[in-house]
Amino acid sequence: MSTDTPTPGFLGWIDYRFPLTKVWNEHLAQYYAPKNLNAWSFFGSLAILALVIQILTGIWLAMNYKPSAADAFASVEFIMRDVNWGWLIRYMHSTGASAFFIVIYLHMFRALLWGSYRKPRELLWIIGLVIYLAMMATAFFGYLLPWGQMSYWGAQVIVNLFAAVPGIGEDLSVWVRGDYVISDTTLNRFFAFHFLLPFLLAALVFVHIVALHKVGSNNPDGIEIKAKKDANGIPLDGIPFHPYYTVKDIVGVVVFLAIFSAIVFFAPDLGGLFLEAPNFQPADPLKTPEHIAPVWYFTPYYAMLRAVPPMFGSQFPGVVVMFGAIIIMFFLPWLDRSPVKSMRYKGQLSKIALGIFAVSFVVLAYLGLQPASDLGTFFARVFTILYFLFFLLMPIYTKLEATKPVPERVTK
Amino acid sequence: MRKLLLASLFLLVPALAPAAGGGVPLQDADIDLTDQASLQRGAGYFVNYCMGCHSLGYMRYNRLADDLGIDEATLRQSLIFTGAKPGDLMISNMNPVSAEKWFGTAVPDMTLATRWRSPDWVYSYLKSFYADPSRPLGVNNLVFPNVGMPHVLAGLQGIQQPKFAEHPGTDGTPVKTVVGVEPAQGGTMTAEQYDAFARDLTNFLTYVGEPIKLERQRLGIWVLLFLAVLFVAAYFLKKEYWKDVH
Repeated sequence: MSTDTPTPGFLGWIDYRFPLTKVWNEHLAQYYAPKNLNAWSFFGSLAILALVIQILTGIWLAMNYKPSAADAFASVEFIMRDVNWGWLIRYMHSTGASAFFIVIYLHMFRALLWGSYRKPRELLWIIGLVIYLAMMATAFFGYLLPWGQMSYWGAQVIVNLFAAVPGIGEDLSVWVRGDYVISDTTLNRFFAFHFLLPFLLAALVFVHIVALHKVGSNNPDGIEIKAKKDANGIPLDGIPFHPYYTVKDIVGVVVFLAIFSAIVFFAPDLGGLFLEAPNFQPADPLKTPEHIAPVWYFTPYYAMLRAVPPMFGSQFPGVVVMFGAIIIMFFLPWLDRSPVKSMRYKGQLSKIALGIFAVSFVVLAYLGLQPASDLGTFFARVFTILYFLFFLLMPIYTKLEATKPVPERVTK
Repeated sequence: MRKLLLASLFLLVPALAPAAGGGVPLQDADIDLTDQASLQRGAGYFVNYCMGCHSLGYMRYNRLADDLGIDEATLRQSLIFTGAKPGDLMISNMNPVSAEKWFGTAVPDMTLATRWRSPDWVYSYLKSFYADPSRPLGVNNLVFPNVGMPHVLAGLQGIQQPKFAEHPGTDGTPVKTVVGVEPAQGGTMTAEQYDAFARDLTNFLTYVGEPIKLERQRLGIWVLLFLAVLFVAAYFLKKEYWKDVH
């Protein structure tokens, strides 16, 4: 249906006042996506699903949760035991947080594989990273809310990072907490932020999709399908997103929901990885747990923080390295100097570098979960350096290596 | 290169394995949440032997009665000793402020004990008290060294004597540590009876830690079956639509 001809009936009445048919066509029925997208492309739509699960379960949890130091822990157990289906909503929310991060990490890895951060998708990549930062902030605020031992001491450790900033550190950390220790005041403001940020996230996701639909979807070959169009201006290798990718994404959604449900119904704490055992103990400001570790999705950065030795009696260098590990991702579009986008046509060096990078991330995540030890610190240092070398050496190894010829049209 | 990295990862594993609580291996609790008779006995043991001090502060009497197949008359007669109503939370009558004075530490709530420790830990703990004259209450515990709790169940189990082992300390002088216990003497129960007692109590506390657990797993099977059917439908729908894409 062309957008110019007026639509008849009720839809016509709406279209006269709101571009419903136009939006539907531009973003679904006549949005042309490459026909060679593989399973890696599931993670974009799955990320939206995860966000929706988190927002919906979160609102229903908020109806019975009490953000006060005296009542928070008991109100979570009240939800688990006395609220109808409260246990399901709570487990969906706690599993959903980890699922969201798994999906996003795979979505980001896909971008590395296909070179989806390269021109003209630099802004798309940067908006994505802002979403990732907003997600981490949301997760951090949310983790304090159950008011268990790990909630409390995890927040204590992270807020103390601000205290490491030279000069203003102490005042800054008091300003963040609203108190000298993590307290009722801190819990209240964290709840406020945890409720607000997901809506900001949803807005950012909207911006992310607007940017995506401006430049078009990348594909495993990393070539621009818009370069080859037919007489009607439709990309030769493009197929309408709806119905082709809507029906395909439904398959991905069902597989995701099956894995998600298997965890929710059969292993909601996933051996202490999704729900940490010490968090079944109410927060006790006087009793520091033997071993404090953040939830798994933060542990790569936590391992880096611990790997950096204090300099001049300050932990600040570790904090800089930790945040630097995320900031450096923003420069990726300009660090990659390869003439090709996709890993399929890049040389051996890029493939090895990406392999080492992925291994480093996983090993650092593992090390961040373990109590500090000499050997652990040694390996954390090695892999922190490897993590940064992936980025810092990229302009060199992407230039040096021989690339394979890129096909004119997408391949299977 | 990648193989080398993976190999070094495996080398890390033993060095970084988290140290267990008191350094003694835990015993297998071998509990069965579907064994209602065991759960009922465990509930009885808890209200009789533990609830003088420990609360189940997030658990309601009537929920327990419903789940464990106990009628209200029996509940009121055999399980409620605190004057509470069936809909009330299972709070101990002991004054927590006095308790902290008596034992030197707050008495922990037991609702989630099996979730932040583990069923095996609770079972091992119940079986690991031993005589230690150096402690204020004359007992110590293998899995929870220097615990503030007295051996409430000594009348049933009797008292276990510690087994020592000597090994060289950091400065070369031999150090004596407790590595196990001798069989208990003087209790009213045999070792097998006490094991069964501890198992029932652990089973009950594991149920209390997550009363919905069995229902959640039962429901999960239906959810997964539904998704399996939905997968077949979604897969063939996709296949049908994609027939004309080459």
